[in-house]
Amino acid sequence: MNLQTTYLGLPLAHPVIASASPLSATFDGIRRLEDAGAAAIVTASIYEEEVAADTAAREAFGTAGADSNPEVTSYRPPHTGSPGALAAHLELIRRAAASISVPLIASLNGVTREGWTGIATELQAAGAAAIELDLFHLPFDPNESSAEVERRLADTAHAVCAAVRIPVAVKLFPYLTAPAHLAAALEAAGARGLVLFNRYIEPDIDLEGLNFRPTLDLSTPAEIRLPLMWIAMLAGRTPLCLAGGRGVAGPDEVVKYLLAGADVVQTASALLRHGAEYIGRLVEGLTEWIEARGASSAAEIRGRMRANRFAEPESLFRAHYRQMLLLGHPAQPGPEHPT
Amino acid sequence: MARKRTVDGNTAVADIAYRVNDVCAIFPITPSSPMAELADQWSAEGRTNLWGTIPVVQEMQAEGGAAGAVHGSLQGGALTTTFTASQGLLLMIPNMFKIAGELTPCVFHVAARSVATQALSIFGDHSDVMAARATGFALLGAASVQEAQDLALVAQAAALEARVPFIHFMDGFRTSHELNTVEPLPNATLRAMVDDDLVRAHRRRALSPERPVVRGTAHNPDTFFQAREAANPYYLATPGIVQRAMDRLAALTGRRYGLFRYNGHPDAERVAVVIGSAADTLRATAAHLNERGERVGVVQVLLFRPWSAADFLAALPASACRIAVLDRTKEPGAPAEPLCLDVARTLGEAVARGDRRQLPLIVGGRYGLSSKEFDPAMAKAVFDHLATQNPHSGFTVGIVDDVCHTSLPVNTAFDIEPPGIHRALFFGLGADGTVGANKNSVKILAEDPDRHAQGYFVYDSHKSGAETISHLRFGNAPIGAPYLLKSADFIGVHKFDFLEKRDVLAAAGPGAVVLINAPYDAGSVWDRLPRPAQRQIVERNLRLFVIDASGLAQCLGLGPRVNTILQACFFAISGVLPREEGIRRIRRSIEETYGDKGKAILDMNFAAVEAAVAQLHEVKVPTAVSSTQELQVFVPKDAPEQLKRIAALQFAGRGDEIPVSAMPPDGSFFGATTQYEKRNVAFAVPVWKPDLCIQCGQCSVVCPHSVIRAKAYDAALLESAPPGFPSAPVNARGYPDKRFTLQIAVEDCTGCGICIDHCPARNPLEPGVKAINFAERLPLVEAGRRQLAFFESLPEHRREQVDLHLSRGLQFIQPLFEFSGACAGCGETPYLKLLSQLFGDRLQIANATGCSSIYSGNLPSLPWRAGPDGRGPAWSNSLFEDNAEFGLGMRLAIDQQTVIARELMRMLAERIGPKLAGEILTAPQRTDSEIALQRGRVDALRRVLGDPADAPARDLLAVAEYLLRRSLWIVGGDGWAYDIGAGGLDHVLAQDRDVNILVLDTEVYSNTGGQASKATPLAATAKFAAAGKRTPRKDLAPQAIAYGYVYVAQVALGGGAEQTIQALRDAEAYDGPSLVLAYSHCIAHGFDLRDGIKQQHRAVASGYWPLFRYDPRLRKSDMNPFRLDSTRPRLPLEEFAYRELRYRVLAQTRPDEARALLGQAQAAVDERYRLYEDMAARDGTRFHPYWQDPAVTQEKIAKESIR
Repeated sequence: MNLQTTYLGLPLAHPVIASASPLSATFDGIRRLEDAGAAAIVTASIYEEEVAADTAAREAFGTAGADSNPEVTSYRPPHTGSPGALAAHLELIRRAAASISVPLIASLNGVTREGWTGIATELQAAGAAAIELDLFHLPFDPNESSAEVERRLADTAHAVCAAVRIPVAVKLFPYLTAPAHLAAALEAAGARGLVLFNRYIEPDIDLEGLNFRPTLDLSTPAEIRLPLMWIAMLAGRTPLCLAGGRGVAGPDEVVKYLLAGADVVQTASALLRHGAEYIGRLVEGLTEWIEARGASSAAEIRGRMRANRFAEPESLFRAHYRQMLLLGHPAQPGPEHPT
Repeated sequence: MARKRTVDGNTAVADIAYRVNDVCAIFPITPSSPMAELADQWSAEGRTNLWGTIPVVQEMQAEGGAAGAVHGSLQGGALTTTFTASQGLLLMIPNMFKIAGELTPCVFHVAARSVATQALSIFGDHSDVMAARATGFALLGAASVQEAQDLALVAQAAALEARVPFIHFMDGFRTSHELNTVEPLPNATLRAMVDDDLVRAHRRRALSPERPVVRGTAHNPDTFFQAREAANPYYLATPGIVQRAMDRLAALTGRRYGLFRYNGHPDAERVAVVIGSAADTLRATAAHLNERGERVGVVQVLLFRPWSAADFLAALPASACRIAVLDRTKEPGAPAEPLCLDVARTLGEAVARGDRRQLPLIVGGRYGLSSKEFDPAMAKAVFDHLATQNPHSGFTVGIVDDVCHTSLPVNTAFDIEPPGIHRALFFGLGADGTVGANKNSVKILAEDPDRHAQGYFVYDSHKSGAETISHLRFGNAPIGAPYLLKSADFIGVHKFDFLEKRDVLAAAGPGAVVLINAPYDAGSVWDRLPRPAQRQIVERNLRLFVIDASGLAQCLGLGPRVNTILQACFFAISGVLPREEGIRRIRRSIEETYGDKGKAILDMNFAAVEAAVAQLHEVKVPTAVSSTQELQVFVPKDAPEQLKRIAALQFAGRGDEIPVSAMPPDGSFFGATTQYEKRNVAFAVPVWKPDLCIQCGQCSVVCPHSVIRAKAYDAALLESAPPGFPSAPVNARGYPDKRFTLQIAVEDCTGCGICIDHCPARNPLEPGVKAINFAERLPLVEAGRRQLAFFESLPEHRREQVDLHLSRGLQFIQPLFEFSGACAGCGETPYLKLLSQLFGDRLQIANATGCSSIYSGNLPSLPWRAGPDGRGPAWSNSLFEDNAEFGLGMRLAIDQQTVIARELMRMLAERIGPKLAGEILTAPQRTDSEIALQRGRVDALRRVLGDPADAPARDLLAVAEYLLRRSLWIVGGDGWAYDIGAGGLDHVLAQDRDVNILVLDTEVYSNTGGQASKATPLAATAKFAAAGKRTPRKDLAPQAIAYGYVYVAQVALGGGAEQTIQALRDAEAYDGPSLVLAYSHCIAHGFDLRDGIKQQHRAVASGYWPLFRYDPRLRKSDMNPFRLDSTRPRLPLEEFAYRELRYRVLAQTRPDEARALLGQAQAAVDERYRLYEDMAARDGTRFHPYWQDPAVTQEKIAKESIR
């Protein structure tokens, strides 16, 4: 069985990669993911705000009480060579990249232009094989049009792509007016891949304390549908690599993403639920599904269900909806259209 | 120009000591701690010594331990050193006799400091080194930062050759903490000075099974004496060896030293003899006087022991006929202080033997105790004194002694500061970064090859938010002026309130530049200035600049730190550098300082510079003074005399003016001074919302500074309330006519925010609004002052009116510990406040040295106070190491006098009345009501006895107070309880005495800056545990529980105030030894202390700090005495630990080790909890039976009556 694929120009043994999660936040965790058979590993995100907050806290620790009474010059113990969270993260990338044989993709969640490009450059220097830009953006400004939102995202991608040599993937949030247009813009900006989608932390309201309570539950298989739809829509129409990255509960979802046209499938929830070793089960399940259908490679199934293979791709999903309501019959793919 | 750098004395000395030693065994003590900390830091960084190895730095549990480890290490052949001061040096003395007795070369580097007597003092004098002069150590004293560096090396080189160990000392603070420009010593110089053959010889003398010897033998009268004399040749040779080492250094560096240094007129008639930094002041003064035709000179003693009479005589001009020997120490009862005696003896013998023609008149005097200023005016006073008709010995200079009239008159106008030196004075607030910024400015300016700089920093008595005064000098020649500025070209007033408290512009030179940080603009600031400030500005023709740096800092996100803004202003207007060059330098310095700290911080500081320059405005100074506002008067006219004569002057920054007659000769002070300080340090303070408040008392119980108080009172009293006085109906049933007020002392609040964070009452419809909320302080001050005054006039609650088990009840009890100078948000002080509320009127405290002794007893800020009935906590501090024993001694005295009182009661029972006598003798006194009754009976007894003439009744009256049970508490931090005082603590727990021990456990030495103690937890970093503590913290509780009869509790206010209150009450009620371990968050933990109570809650919830009480009384009824009060761990340790930088930095620097250590720490937490859970689940028979067996108690009573 040949499961090989290429993602962001990186040859991978199979399409299942570990996405950014607490599992890839430590050196041991990254090693464990490699041992479990991940084809590539996306590190836990470095958040620019976190770097800034850590710096501020360290600065406060260094200055709190410093020189404020004659017995104390500072309360901070000496910790030479520790410039903070970013340095620690870079050191993690350096060590991990040097010790694993699969590609290490560094996830980055910036805020400022300098943050995006500066940290990206440092991630590259630390040995990351690629960068995944987690373009997490809340378009709450009523004066900012959807076109401006998209332009800003593309500008960010452009700035980062111009700053680094290694390939850059962009992880998008799902609520966009024109994802296909944005995909083209990101491609023009120099991105090599799209990861669909990241998940908002959708905080709940604590009725007792009248606070927003951050919640982030592990994803469920139902969540696959939105990214699945967009991968199916984009596959074959964009030269960008596509990564499906939500709702993977088991091998079925891996297969679905590949059928829709994804080059790779990212998973965190399944691994957090079952442990890193579950990657083996996902790959095994994918192999079984392909084998059961008499095929011998992942390439043979990739994109079989992408939209532009259907007769009326643009109306496919609307039709699909109508049929479900009226007939209960799912649409069937027609003969493959040239892309 | 040789390479130079600007460092303080501690850095200069540590740099040498580190490079020429293998081992440093230390214990932190001010002002020497930075030397040890630097050594530890360098060791952690992997810096090597002269021979290419990384010295090991071992923190010990006490100075006694450090000296023992030094002794052992030296016996093991390692080059070994230590750094210490004051009591620390005294604790080392027994080992020092041994080290010297065994001719073991080493150098102890001492930042000389006062030894505690009538009071502790962290400041500098020679009482410690003088107390060690009999040990056999050579004593080599330095006068300046440069000398301290150079002589550190001379001492090491000479010690190795002479085999005599050295104390190398500098003046604590004056030299150890003075920044000055020095020429450093490169390794090549060190190599040339330290003879490797001598090092090898030292190593060969080590104890070794390869060449076994027996050392440390015991002698009998037949041999000890001779053996003691056998070392004489080594001491005889030492002065010559030291001089040769000095000569070698001179050949290498061009800086020439002698055992004694004479400067002055070659035919001087009057000569001063001195050790240490005062030599520079005397020299400069002598030069000034000689230029004006006088004939005076100065002998600086560098090598005090072994004393070389010949060298002294050679240094002293033959013309000297009047000599003043200045000692920076006091030896009560001695004919003169030590140096004076040596000088007198030397000259006496020289004259007697005919080596000198005439015996000069030799007088001795004292100066500079506890860093008391010694300036040229005082130096001149000494020379002038020698010129009087009858100079007297035993004089003092620098104080006003109106009791024994020892003090010399000083002409304070005398000033000899040379021209060409730019002088700048800054008044800052501890937390605002002024001192740090000034240290930085000194370094920036001293970068220029031809500029020298000096910086010296003076603080007031608060742990946090202290008023700081920075004294900076810049010039083109080395600056040897070890005294404070009297006149400045620039004065920075970094907090506007200072202008209202003291005459800060008094030191402004004519035409000086004044920068004021004020919340007013250039147009309105003049009218806000008090009259003395306006007068100085007008009369001295000062240029006045103003900037709202505090407001800007808040806008820029810098919080209280105004350092960058005001530093930029200094560079812009001081004229030390051209304005643009100054700004360029400060930007470069910001880049260097913050370059690796992220762009946000860098930008914030750049923005601060830009904003500073843009918003700095010169004020057009009117030609006349217009203000009628005089300086703040701190204490009311009817205040106690002691307060008016001492604290009032200290608050106004005029403590040096206090005469001897004002001071209590035994060191006893009335407390309650902090109420007058009105420090106004907070930017924002809590404001109460009566409609939301549930009157639970939680804010009041957690407030570290006792600024939140509650009273319930008759509604009718509100008629005379000031406008806007907030109040609410009492929300308990049965008090329809009572009102409730939660009063915040606006001017005393530090703005820590703990109360707000902890307040459980929220507005149900307005997120983030609670029953108390922050608001800017300044607009609240006036109304707050009036409201507080009215609140204080409302009647206090009687103890029997409230439930003393609950926060809700306790909030109504007046704290007898208030407004301490502890850090904002301190985790310790709430426990002390609780003690004062629970037992205040019969509370006696033995307090170990540490944070708690400083914020409790550092003059003039005394937070312990009496209640309305005049009764209140009696507090004393003995030492750091002996506190448990000190407290036990108090208990013995109380118990013994109770026995005497009871005996007299029995003797006088008929006269007193058998009923009253019987009741007094048999009264139980465990509950509050029982104690209240007994207090009434004792008062009745006094009334019955009246004013008797007979001895027994008079004796009984003298001890009658002991018939009321005294609440004796032994209080200290973990440094005391776990380390230096652990032996005493253990011994006191092992006695059957009613002592209560409260350990305020911050898990580090908080007072000296966060050094590791044995309470420091596994996986946390601290000073001396920079790579993370590798061993678990000592679990003190089980050790105490193991005794079986010790009441032991572990508490954390954040885990539940009621459990804490109950434990303190239990411990106090228990008639035996009690130990309460109280979790105390600390600034050294590395998190925002506003979150302190929540973090305590996490400590408990994670199982890191389980709450429990072990009450031996439960054994009376065969029950299990161990009660686990907190739930099973329900939070991973990580959730608690990684909120604190002391843990988190390790996860960043050494992630794998951090994870492994945290794993171990989690395992330790789990296992410890299991152990406690097991203990809690046992049946009662598995514990020690109740120890106060009735039969034994009966026997005790019988014995008592026989006596």
